[in-house]
Amino acid sequence: MNTPVDLKYSESDEWVRVDGDIATIGITDFAQEQLNDIVFIELIITKDELLKKDDKLGDIESAKSHAEILSPISGKVIDTNTTLSDDLSIINKDPFGQGWMCKIQILDKNELNNLMDASAYQKYCEGREH
Amino acid sequence: MFIPHTDFERKEMLAAIGKKNFMELFLDVPEQFRFPDLDLPAALTEMEALELAKEYSDENNSTDELVCFLGAGAYDHYIPSVVDSLLRRGEFFTAYTPYQPEISQGTLQAIFEYQSLITNLTGMDVCNASHYDGATAAAEACLTAYHNFRGSKKKFILSNALHPQYRATIKTYMSGYSDVEIIQEDVSNDLQNKSSITSYLDKNTALVFFQNPDFFGRVNDLSSQIHIAHEFGSLTAMAINPISLGIFKPPSEYGIDIVVGEGQTLGIPLSFGGPYLGIFATKKELVRKISGRIVGETIDQSGKRGYVLTLTAREQHIRRENATSNICTNQGLMALASCIYLSILGKNGLRQVAELCYHKAHYAANQINSLKDFSIDQKSTFFNEFIVKCPRPVNEINSYLFDHGFIGGYELEKDYPDLKNHMLIAITEKISKDLIDQFCSTLQEAANA
Repeated sequence: MNTPVDLKYSESDEWVRVDGDIATIGITDFAQEQLNDIVFIELIITKDELLKKDDKLGDIESAKSHAEILSPISGKVIDTNTTLSDDLSIINKDPFGQGWMCKIQILDKNELNNLMDASAYQKYCEGREH
Repeated sequence: MFIPHTDFERKEMLAAIGKKNFMELFLDVPEQFRFPDLDLPAALTEMEALELAKEYSDENNSTDELVCFLGAGAYDHYIPSVVDSLLRRGEFFTAYTPYQPEISQGTLQAIFEYQSLITNLTGMDVCNASHYDGATAAAEACLTAYHNFRGSKKKFILSNALHPQYRATIKTYMSGYSDVEIIQEDVSNDLQNKSSITSYLDKNTALVFFQNPDFFGRVNDLSSQIHIAHEFGSLTAMAINPISLGIFKPPSEYGIDIVVGEGQTLGIPLSFGGPYLGIFATKKELVRKISGRIVGETIDQSGKRGYVLTLTAREQHIRRENATSNICTNQGLMALASCIYLSILGKNGLRQVAELCYHKAHYAANQINSLKDFSIDQKSTFFNEFIVKCPRPVNEINSYLFDHGFIGGYELEKDYPDLKNHMLIAITEKISKDLIDQFCSTLQEAANA
C-alpha cells in the first residue's frame, strides 16, 4: 500500500494535497484497492460551490460495491477532474496523481490538523483489510 | 407434514443457542396466547378438500363464461397455449430472481431476452428485469426522477388521463418524501379540452407523467408537451400498453425519458390482484439511477456466453439508504410469460393482434354510436378502448349486461365525477363481430330495461 508522506488523510479514505491555500482531493490507494475495479464515478459538486467538511463530493462504484466520497475539509470548489469518466482505471492505477477528483480553496487551515499524516493513516488501515 | 431436520439435528441447534428445549423459543409470547384454542372445523381428506375448493371457485365468474368488454388497464387477450406449457416447466417455475444468480443461467437468459424484447418494442435503450405491475413501475419512475435530481426537484406532475390507480400508487410510494409535491392535472374535465399539463411546469419539476394510449383509450401526439417539459429541465415518463405498439409509434420517438407499462396484455391471464408485470424502460443516461435489476450478457473466462446480474452496485443491499428504491425483486415468471408470448407472435403477429383490436374496437364504436341514446367521442384517435356516453347510470346498465352474459365497461364516474353515465369499453381480438353485434343489441335493451 502506497501512502505518500506529503499528504494528509481522512478516516473516510480521502487524501489532501496542500499547495498554498489550494487543496487537491482524491481517494487513497487503500480505498481503490478495497473497491477493486472501479466502474463508475459521479461527482455531484459544481464550481464555486461552498463545501463543509464531510459534505458529499460524489459516488464511486465498483462491480459489486459502492462508496461515497466526502470532503475532508471545508472550502470552495475551484476545479473538478472531468477526465476521470473517460478512463476509470486511472483511479485504480494512479490514485494520488491523475486520479485526483477535485481542487478546493481552503477555508480554514486549522481543519488540516484534524487529518492524519501518512504514518497515522497507515496504522489506521492496518487490520481494516478484508 | 415433512420437516427435514432430525431430532438429533434439532438438539444440536438448541444446544448451540443454549436452549434446553423447543418451547423455550416461545417464552416471549405471553402464556395465554401461546396455544390458544382455535375454532377450526374437522380435518378434511384431500378428496373432500378439493371438492370444497372447487365449490368456492365455481362461485366466481370468469372470462371463460362471460364476454369481457372491461379493460381500464387490464385486458382479456388470447393467450396461446404454448405460453403456459413452457412457463410451467420445473426449470422455470419460480417467481424469484435467484440470489446466487450465476448458477441460474436459464432464468437470467429469460430475463435478458425479456429486456431485449421490451427495448425493441419501446425503442428505449435500457429495460430492467421488471416490477410487480404497471402501477408500481409508474411509482418507481417517480423515485428514479427524484433520485436523478438528488432530491433537488420536488414537483411531480401527473396527467389526469394517467390511470387513477397508478396515481394512487405513486402517492403511496412518495408519501415518505415529506417535501415532495404531487400535482394532478385538474380533473374537472371536458374531454374535448386540450390538456393543460404544461401550465404546471416550472424549474422545480422533476417529472411529468403521461399515458399513451391514455386511460380513456385515446392516442395523442405528445411530442410538443414532452419538448416543453424538457425545456424546463424536467424528466418525462409515459405509461404504455405494449400491444398498442404493434401499430403505433414507439414512445422513444416522442423523446420520452422513462417508459412504464402493464405487461399483463402480453400473455398473462386476468386475475384479481395479479400477478401482473411491470414494464420499466429508460434512456441510457438514467441507467445508474433506475430501480430494480438488470441482467447483462457477457463471456466467461473460457470465452463462453453467460449471463450476470449487472450494475448491482446501484441496488439496495449495497447502497442501503442511498439506493433509488427498496425494490429487490422482480416478476421473473411473468416476464418469461411475456417473453414467450412475444416470441411466438413475432413482429407480424403482434401487429396482427394490434390491428384486430384496433379494427374491432372501431367497428364496435360505430355500432354503439348508432344506438339510440348512446354516443361516443368521435374526435379522438383511439386504440382498443373508447368512452361511451350512456342514457342511464353505468352500474345499472352493467347489471343488465351481466345477466345476459356480458361484463360491461368501466364506470368512469368512480374516478371522474364529471363523467356521469360514461362507460369505458375495451375490445380485444377475442371478441368476434357476432358478439359485438349481440353486445350492441343487449346494450340497447339495457337503456330501457
